[in-house]
Amino acid sequence: MSETKRIEFEYSQIDSERMRLNVGPQHPSTHGVLRLEVELDGEIVTEVVPHIGYLHRCFEKHCEKMTYPQVIPYIDRMDYISAMNNEWPYVMGIEKLMGIEIPEKVEYIRLIFAELNRIANHQIAIATFGLDAGAFTPFLYLFRDREFILSIFEKASGGRLLYNYFWVGGLAADVHKEFKQDVLAIVKQVRETNKEIADLLLYNKIFIERVANVGILPADVAINYGCSGPVVRGSGLAFDLRKDAPYSFYDRFDFDVITGHGEVGTVGDCFDRNIVRFHEMEQSCRIIEQAIEQMPMEGDVREKLPKKIRPPKGEIYTKAENPKGELGFYIVSNGTDKPERIKSRGTSFVNLSVLPEISKGYLFADLIMILGSIDIVLGEVDR
Amino acid sequence: MKKYLNNIWLGIYTVLIGMKITFVHLFAKNVTVQYPNKHPLDKAGGDKMPMNARNRIFNDMELCNGCNGCARACPVNCITVETLKVVPGDAPPLKNGEKRGLWVTNYTIDFAKCCFCGLCIDPCPTEAIKMTTEFEYSQYDRGNLLYKFSKMTDEQIKQKKELLANFTAEKAKKEAEAKKAAEQAKAAEAPKPETGDGK
Amino acid sequence: MEHQILTFYDWVAKLSSSELVALILIVTLPLVFLIVYALVAILGELKISAFIQERLGPMRTGPWGIIQPVAEVVKLLQKEDITPDAANKPLFNMAPFLMFTAAYAGFAVIPFSSHFVPAGINLGLFYIFAMGSLAVIGLVMGGWASNNKYSLLGALRSVAQIVSYEIPAAIVILSIVVLASSMNLQVINANQGGWFWNWYVFGGPGSIWKLLVIPFTFGMFLLYLIASLAETNRTPFDIPEGESEIVAGYHTEYSGMKFAMFFFAEYANMFVVAALLSILFFGGWNSPFGDFMNGPIWGVFWFISKSFFFVFVQIWLRWTLPRLRVDQLMGVSWKVMTPVAFLCFFAVGLWAMLK
Repeated sequence: MSETKRIEFEYSQIDSERMRLNVGPQHPSTHGVLRLEVELDGEIVTEVVPHIGYLHRCFEKHCEKMTYPQVIPYIDRMDYISAMNNEWPYVMGIEKLMGIEIPEKVEYIRLIFAELNRIANHQIAIATFGLDAGAFTPFLYLFRDREFILSIFEKASGGRLLYNYFWVGGLAADVHKEFKQDVLAIVKQVRETNKEIADLLLYNKIFIERVANVGILPADVAINYGCSGPVVRGSGLAFDLRKDAPYSFYDRFDFDVITGHGEVGTVGDCFDRNIVRFHEMEQSCRIIEQAIEQMPMEGDVREKLPKKIRPPKGEIYTKAENPKGELGFYIVSNGTDKPERIKSRGTSFVNLSVLPEISKGYLFADLIMILGSIDIVLGEVDR
Repeated sequence: MKKYLNNIWLGIYTVLIGMKITFVHLFAKNVTVQYPNKHPLDKAGGDKMPMNARNRIFNDMELCNGCNGCARACPVNCITVETLKVVPGDAPPLKNGEKRGLWVTNYTIDFAKCCFCGLCIDPCPTEAIKMTTEFEYSQYDRGNLLYKFSKMTDEQIKQKKELLANFTAEKAKKEAEAKKAAEQAKAAEAPKPETGDGK
Repeated sequence: MEHQILTFYDWVAKLSSSELVALILIVTLPLVFLIVYALVAILGELKISAFIQERLGPMRTGPWGIIQPVAEVVKLLQKEDITPDAANKPLFNMAPFLMFTAAYAGFAVIPFSSHFVPAGINLGLFYIFAMGSLAVIGLVMGGWASNNKYSLLGALRSVAQIVSYEIPAAIVILSIVVLASSMNLQVINANQGGWFWNWYVFGGPGSIWKLLVIPFTFGMFLLYLIASLAETNRTPFDIPEGESEIVAGYHTEYSGMKFAMFFFAEYANMFVVAALLSILFFGGWNSPFGDFMNGPIWGVFWFISKSFFFVFVQIWLRWTLPRLRVDQLMGVSWKVMTPVAFLCFFAVGLWAMLK
């Protein structure tokens, strides 16, 4: 039953009126305030035009008025699902500009938190993807686990969603004493739930039918559109900045880059993009376990915090592997305490651009699944 | 045909597995807690809110020296600080024993604007401003979210202003006098050089 | 109904010496039951979904939130009843009531007990099936009259869905008719008397050779369970109201009491199909254990508990499974269920002939 193909229409032969449907900005599964202008032929999508900007808040221009530390809370609000990961390339860039060597403990904590946040992000991605398919229960199981991760973040930073935790030169606060045990307990819990989710949702026949062979994104198209993260890895390309351009301590750990290989359908379909996220959670667990082992507990995380953040004149582009893909910050400093210009390469924005290309010719229900499989966050798309 | 039957079998089998999982969860312990009955601050059932949670800000006016550092650090400009200089000998020292240099006549935080980033905590030299675990402070009127921490009444402010005005006037007078005296002394010491103005 | 000695109707008529009182009573009793049942089912849905998801569910209204459905109905009654400007008003207003009527009309022939059935007509099965299909008219009406693209999509989906799922369901019902050689639900029930192995899901009453037919009757039960899910628009077949795709489908534009009617109709339909499942396959009001706890009063208990079990199964499935896509739904119906239903029909027919 999984022989669903993209329906290519010879439009001249079919005499049917097409319907323009406005999906969003208030729609249950546009993952925020995205508006899709969809042209339907019956139930078949013939054209998709995404309209963005409903959540636009002038992030880049706004940054020019802010001092460097003040930008960090705004970066949290870009991809609010994985705020820790967002902060990282930014602070990394300024640290490089200023030439700050950060202590090993700080780097390890950052790495562990980034990986934990990656798990949390993928949990949401899979949960909402299941929700798009109509499965409500796995959504709540995954959210339950995410709460445990957020509790760790809260114990360290004081915030549950918007952390402002990675500061230039260090961290806002030290982790608590039982940090290692707590993180390992979470890793165990994540693995347990993942087993359940695989049975309950991912390998459910109905779900497979929904996502296999849908929204096929060939690798060359993915490259042309500049996709990154699980979207491009789902198409079979092993592109992961943690391996390809190792930053931080990622070269010290043993982990695999997961790629989609058409497990139930074609390479690059929605299932592959989703299953890549699922297996990446396991890889993140592996990284966390290794990092916990190597991490020193003594040391001050705030010792290298500079009194005044005034990077010398210059510019830098730093990138990191966000859960959603490559997140980069291009920072131009003019020597004052305020940046001249900050440009961010929003992952979701770039990934979303591929949607019209891969969703034509599928059914309307598939469009929702394709959108869900790209895993966008409108905070980052609109910035 | 084999694939067809296999598909049917898989369909039924995976549904049954899913049903088994949800059935087990039907009798599992609930993870949610009833919020107002079980408060996150008093460790009931679920997670306790850690003491470093970033919620409503509190500023200890006994400690605040009015340096304006928090207002400058705030990314959303939700803190307003207005100060008056202290006439020497008029003010009690701060709680930590430091000399008070400024009267904080107005210290207002607009919690409708506050984004709870915690950036204002760091620059405070006297550790007066803190983030508390208090999070239940919703209001029907947005104006009620303007928290005025300074306890100084208008009268007090007026009084202090007058005091300061007097003091500065006196000081200015004194200074002017001193300057005059110095000038006179100078003039007396060294005769004025002739300027090319005289005709 | 000739074999019934004294029905509830006769009993009331005798007691009050007025046929009218008996008539009114017999018409209103199912309605009272329906309302009570709907409240229980709504609470059940809320609570079961909550427990499956490790939540608590509603807790504030009454102890453990048991008055929650009442509160919800009151809330819906209070709400503003909005009719969109561009809607076709007569159809728009009629649709929810038509749907509810169709669902409620099904209750007319449901035998609650050996002595209580509102209308013991000989074509009960036929009638209940016809009424089940009537609901789709209300659905299309509402979807089309809303003048909303999402509603229209939902309505058209529902037509395609119900039309295709009626066929396997009808064939399964026909097979039961072949087994029972009657369309009267009371007769079908009475046929399954005795111990639980006399139920039609276990091949009905018969000798040891009926073991051969059990796979087919069990398959029929599964087929009808699936088809009934599709008929009531429950997950995994809730594409007419698929929340994540077409917002709320045919009832996107409805609010207030009219929405409540759709809501009630859905729950009423759930009970009708659950009742039909328990009547056709699980002996209806018969006790599973021979004469133990058997009788007219116990019959009500057995019938309602069996039906509630299937309502529970529907709720359970809803909170377990994702939704099918519209073409897969048709694929399942035409490519899998219809051939299997025909196979079962053939096997059962053969068995009935040789028996």
